[in-house]
Amino acid sequence: MKILVPVKRVIDYNVKVRVKADQTGVDLANVKMSMNPFDEISVEEALKLKEAGAATEVVAVSIGVTQCQETLRTAMAMGADRGILVESSADLQPLAVAKLLKALCDKEAPGLVILGKQAIDDDSNQTGQMLAALLGWPQATFASKVTLADGNASVVREVDGGLETVSVKLPAIVTTDLRLNTPRYATLPNIMKAKKKPLDVVTPESLGVDVTPRLTTLKVVEPPKRKGGVMVPDVAALVDKLKNEAKVL
Amino acid sequence: MSILVIADHDNAHLKPGVTNSITAASKCGGDIHVLVAGSGCGAAAAAVAAVSGVAKVLVADAPQYADGLAENLAPLVVGLAKGYSHVLVSASAFGKNLMPRVAALLDVAQVSDIVAVESADTFVRPIYAGNAFATVKSSDAIKCITVRATGFDAAAGGGSAATENIAAGADAGLSKVTGREMTKSDRPQLAAAKRIVSGGRGLGDGDKYRAVLEPLADKLGAALGASRAAVDAGFVPNDYQVGQTGKIVAPELYIAVGISGAIQHLAGMKDSKVIVAINKDPEAPIFQVADYGLVGDLFNVVPELTAAL
Ligand SMILES: Cc1cc2nc3c(=O)[nH]c(=O)nc-3n(C[C@H](O)[C@H](O)[C@H](O)COP(=O)(O)OP(=O)(O)OC[C@H]3O[C@@H](n4cnc5c(N)ncnc54)[C@H](O)[C@@H]3O)c2cc1C
Ligand SMILES: Nc1ncnc2c1ncn2[C@@H]1O[C@H](COP(=O)(O)O)[C@@H](O)[C@H]1O
Repeated sequence: MKILVPVKRVIDYNVKVRVKADQTGVDLANVKMSMNPFDEISVEEALKLKEAGAATEVVAVSIGVTQCQETLRTAMAMGADRGILVESSADLQPLAVAKLLKALCDKEAPGLVILGKQAIDDDSNQTGQMLAALLGWPQATFASKVTLADGNASVVREVDGGLETVSVKLPAIVTTDLRLNTPRYATLPNIMKAKKKPLDVVTPESLGVDVTPRLTTLKVVEPPKRKGGVMVPDVAALVDKLKNEAKVL
Repeated sequence: MSILVIADHDNAHLKPGVTNSITAASKCGGDIHVLVAGSGCGAAAAAVAAVSGVAKVLVADAPQYADGLAENLAPLVVGLAKGYSHVLVSASAFGKNLMPRVAALLDVAQVSDIVAVESADTFVRPIYAGNAFATVKSSDAIKCITVRATGFDAAAGGGSAATENIAAGADAGLSKVTGREMTKSDRPQLAAAKRIVSGGRGLGDGDKYRAVLEPLADKLGAALGASRAAVDAGFVPNDYQVGQTGKIVAPELYIAVGISGAIQHLAGMKDSKVIVAINKDPEAPIFQVADYGLVGDLFNVVPELTAAL
């Protein structure tokens, strides 16, 4: 069985985001970019399944600008067998990404697609569920444990009140939550090896997918700042402030 | 046109966030209909009918809707959606799982986690862990939206909407729920609590977390929350996590104990009305968002605070 793992190139999670003065977006110039943290978890999970003999090939896919090749190389350095870049400099929204992934799934016929539950830039939390809809496959979102057996995936999901286990028929979509695993680091020899792994480049046009955005961003602004508070010297002063100033006790 | 809100419920009760979604719907303009799909969900439907502003409750009661599976619910919602201008659901685990499946089947974009409605087609939503707010306009005929509860007041009670039973669709047979492990607690639910006591790695371990924070939460009638580090280290279950990738909360009082204040944590709590931070490191970033900061060893400070209340 083949596993497809979509990996998104996003601003590194440690970078302090700055909104551009002209309110058109956030400043990405000279900012460190990395693989979306949830996607590292997806790659790790796919590799684990392959190592356990449940999968035969792990294919990483990234959609976006030329530099997404770096993200694919990272996935391959972790252990993915090959990469596919869908190259486009358009504004790619989750519905368009899902359609592109659907087109790739039609070609590659994976038994499982593992995506991150959310990209930490747009925080959409949509793509996996949309892809599942377009393929007519079941979805096991927010996974914290994945077990494959007898043509099904049993997935423990992180839901609001605790944990829920779902059993889905393969082929299926899984989206990863943070506690699923701890992604491995790529070793130097593996980084070197990854440079020689196959990386195909296709385009939305070659896949026959219309990626025209449906949402227009009118402006991007900074959130309202919290007014700096005060430091209190001791518990008595804190209780006094909470009672008499904030009036929350 | 009318607006469809999908209720997140456990057949007996509405989940926190439903009434906030109804308020968001009221800002989009149009009659509000609410879909309650479940199994033996009469009580949940009655609860919705009593929310003010709801014109009609649509009830789809069938075993295949018992567990809120998106594979079964999405076709039902898609069938209804064509008659509506907007479809809204809470940005809860349920809503986040369901709505994108609906949107893709309708071939429309989804606007996630809205915190404000500017007009019928324009919405405000946080991006980059709440470090920026985007105003986005949708060109789709049906707007599929998930609503962040903290952005909208809860709709009041006192309504008496009509209830209509609708036909259920088939069981897709693609998925089934085989187990559930829900956190049991007599405390208020995190997402709806007016007061929250939240603990981080500084608590050291699960026993100390409970020994130090539970008495304080008891005194305050507060819910308990946690940073991801505390959850990862196994102090508390996963559904305690507050933050970008956990729960988004905005209580009247949020007390952060032994939490450094990483941006991913702040993303989930910085809209709280009053924030108190207790941390031994005077440089901890949590103090930059705290209304009241107290530098000290939590193992001394928290019991002292509990005793003083
Ligand atoms: C993709 C991604 C998503 C994430 N999502 C979330 C999220 O949703 N929520 C979240 O919380 N985090 C999230 N994180 C993790 C986040 O980056 C931080 O690692 C985490 O919030 C740190 O938790 P903490 O403050 O408890 O631990 P630490 O940063 O280790 O802080 C512990 C604090 O306790 C204080 N302390 C220690 N001992 C004492 C004592 N005796 N008395 C008083 N103070 C003491 C220390 O001074 C320190 O400030 C995410 C990370 C990633 C990469
Ligand atoms: N441009 C992209 N390239 C590859 N994968 C993507 C892309 N956008 C989204 N994804 C995948 O979809 C997941 C959820 O993203 P989102 O729905 O945007 O929050 C990510 O964690 C990725 O696995």
